[in-house]
Amino acid sequence: MTTYADAPVTNRNATGRSRGRWFAQVGWRHLVGVLAVAFSLFPILFVISAALNPLGTLSSTELLPTGASFENFTNLFQDTPFAHWFLNSLLLAGVASFASIFLSALAAYAFSRMRFTGRRVGLLALLLIQMFPQFLAIVAIFLIFTTVTDLWPAIGFNTPWGLFLLYMGAALGANTWLMKGFFDTLPKELDESATMDGASHAQVFFRIMLPLVAPILAVTGLLAFIGTINEFIIANVFLTEPNSKTLAVGMFGLVAGERNNNFGMFAAGTLLTAIPTVLVFQLLQRYIVSGLTAGAVKG
Amino acid sequence: MSTSLSGPGSAEQAPGREPVRRGLPRTSRTARNHAPITATGLVGKVVLLGLVAGIAIWAAFPLVEAEHWIGLGILAATTAGLFYLYLSRRHIPAKYLVPGTLFLIAFQIFPVLYTASTAFTNFGDGHRGSKDDAIVAIQTSSVKQVPGSTEYSLSIATKGDPATGALVFLLSDPKTREVFAGDAGGLRKLDAGQVEASSLTGKITAAEGYTILNIGQASGRSKEITDLVVPTSGGAIRSNGLTRAYEGTAVRAYDAGCDCVKDSETGKTWTADPGVGSFVAADGDRLAQGWKVNVGFENFSRVLTDPNISRPFFGTLLWNFAFAIGSTGLTFLLGMGIALALHSPRMRGTNLYRVLLILPYAMPSFAMLLVWRDMFNTDFGLLNNLFGLDVDWFGGSWSARAAVLLVQLWLGYPYMFLVTTGALQAIPRELTEATSVDGASPWQSFRAVTLPLLLVALSPLLIASFAYNFNNVNAILFTTEGGPFPADNPTNGATDLLITYTYRLAFGAQGAEYGLATTVSIFIFAIVAVVAAISFSRTRKQEEVYS
Repeated sequence: MTTYADAPVTNRNATGRSRGRWFAQVGWRHLVGVLAVAFSLFPILFVISAALNPLGTLSSTELLPTGASFENFTNLFQDTPFAHWFLNSLLLAGVASFASIFLSALAAYAFSRMRFTGRRVGLLALLLIQMFPQFLAIVAIFLIFTTVTDLWPAIGFNTPWGLFLLYMGAALGANTWLMKGFFDTLPKELDESATMDGASHAQVFFRIMLPLVAPILAVTGLLAFIGTINEFIIANVFLTEPNSKTLAVGMFGLVAGERNNNFGMFAAGTLLTAIPTVLVFQLLQRYIVSGLTAGAVKG
Repeated sequence: MSTSLSGPGSAEQAPGREPVRRGLPRTSRTARNHAPITATGLVGKVVLLGLVAGIAIWAAFPLVEAEHWIGLGILAATTAGLFYLYLSRRHIPAKYLVPGTLFLIAFQIFPVLYTASTAFTNFGDGHRGSKDDAIVAIQTSSVKQVPGSTEYSLSIATKGDPATGALVFLLSDPKTREVFAGDAGGLRKLDAGQVEASSLTGKITAAEGYTILNIGQASGRSKEITDLVVPTSGGAIRSNGLTRAYEGTAVRAYDAGCDCVKDSETGKTWTADPGVGSFVAADGDRLAQGWKVNVGFENFSRVLTDPNISRPFFGTLLWNFAFAIGSTGLTFLLGMGIALALHSPRMRGTNLYRVLLILPYAMPSFAMLLVWRDMFNTDFGLLNNLFGLDVDWFGGSWSARAAVLLVQLWLGYPYMFLVTTGALQAIPRELTEATSVDGASPWQSFRAVTLPLLLVALSPLLIASFAYNFNNVNAILFTTEGGPFPADNPTNGATDLLITYTYRLAFGAQGAEYGLATTVSIFIFAIVAVVAAISFSRTRKQEEVYS
């Protein structure tokens, strides 16, 4: 759409100073931008207003903050195990996203750089498995983990590790294709020359391939992190004890029964949950753009 | 360490590692056999394999204790396989694929296959266990108090948490002073030394290893207490209030001769029907307790032909497509529009716009879905307040659908904005400049150059977004929960996706129908797979045309 700005080159040399012309070329773009920002921000403003609202109910919350009280935040920490939920979520999402990225990077390396029997079948199988919604298997998962809880309580229900193992099951299906796309974009000459210099396959992977795709790994990791934080269905079946819950499960419980009265606490929790992701997001947004499109084209 | 333990630095590139470019002779790789075994590689390998061995040993003890020999065999074989794989120099692709694949098999493929196999059964409420389980359940539930049956004084206890732990009946026979513990598994005698009992009534007041529920706790779980039946040889023990229990005799008994259940009071008989897994009487009356049987393709034909299921199924399918296409398409259109508007060399402050625009994408979506749900609240929701409306958003089918799509638009368009911006930056400026030199209007150059190039770059993302939204449970479950529901059908609402409909079939209040639910999920899987396959093959063609 660059043409809008570039086409009237001749006009610019003429008397392009009137306000109307400015609006036709640049001003309307700002108008669109401002409207879009307003659309993006008004629910978030509402959440901030609700979190600062001293009454803490939904019915008394306006779009703009009517007061500035941190009561909702203190209530959140006093009345609910929010700190536990927060730590559980951070731990689970952090470990799970790191491990799942590593597992799928390993597999993607093999799929991208090696040729072996079953390669095509394996890739197709991953594509298909990825499309079967894991949570539909929840009955089977529940039965399996009932046995697991009896045998090894440390990785059973109400532990983050059981859930972690389950999320690892979905790791290959979720990211391998995307990651293989990234690896495919790297010139094969790089690792071939390293191999000629005597590097082993592991050295090629850890020393050459991984550093080259690091920014993209970070982005995929961030997306996996956010995905895990937002996962609700399976976690809801797994975690029933108040202290073992994740943010999604715990905060859903907060407003599931008491929609009106707990709204301020819920909004406060939403803001606190958003802080880490928003920060990392803003840091990585440049890579997100290039990362997602680069992997997709070759996928 | 012996030389057989080759570190990651081991040189040999297995036959599996062929050069990506075809036709390169294999012999060129002999030079690699001299790559040194690095210390870090060796240490890493020893540590990781040690960890594997440690975990295997830790996991083995409970298996031995529970005498799970098959499980132990699988564990041993897996561990041995891992050791072989990482100590040998061959099978290099497998070294990279096995870690993820192990998890994939254990926690994805195995549950999915298990689930798929239940699509051919009638598994669900009333059809959970074997036929013998059903017979026991029928007999114990028909227990009635008859004159002269033993009465016990009852204490309700649990081994776990008083609010949630499994219930146990602590019983004492006032005549013989014998004490028992009974649950659904049966009755066992307790040593009199283990318990303290009231000398007056014989009621047990404390028992080793059990927590006795007080009246308040017990009355909170009275339904479970009424439902708990302790099978005994002559019948079963049931509670009568919270402090008394009686041993009654079963009115209904199974007769192996006729493979039927007879009611000794009314004389009615129910004959076993192995086709449906139930006992059926001559007049068509069915006992509630049945057993799990294979029903072949009956679930599949039910979905397609039973009007009670197929009508909502196809209606839901239609809306599901509309939802997935709408979510993807609207977010893409809006995101692309804004990206195009902001993509201009003369624009100032695009970074600021971008930082603010993508905030919805970075917010936790589960929480924002719930916030939107409350903003649509009729009585005190923000939208009605702000615009002075009085719309019952989630009350009408079309307003609920519009609301759900609006929420999706808000959540999804920043992502589309981001990726479109990225793709726009990758399109060479010369291309659009060339069209304007040739006299094309902005619209023509967008239509002929920019859009096709964008679509080539973004169609895999659009397909992925479609597949994701097709099964976007959270979007529905956190907002409308599938509603509004028509008066005559509480299982299928206007905004239900197939997946939330399935969720309700499997876990809803109507009683679980796992067999039917998994059948629907197989349909979902087939639909998404076909759509994705078609669109991927079309993308390939498009790429060949444009790139």
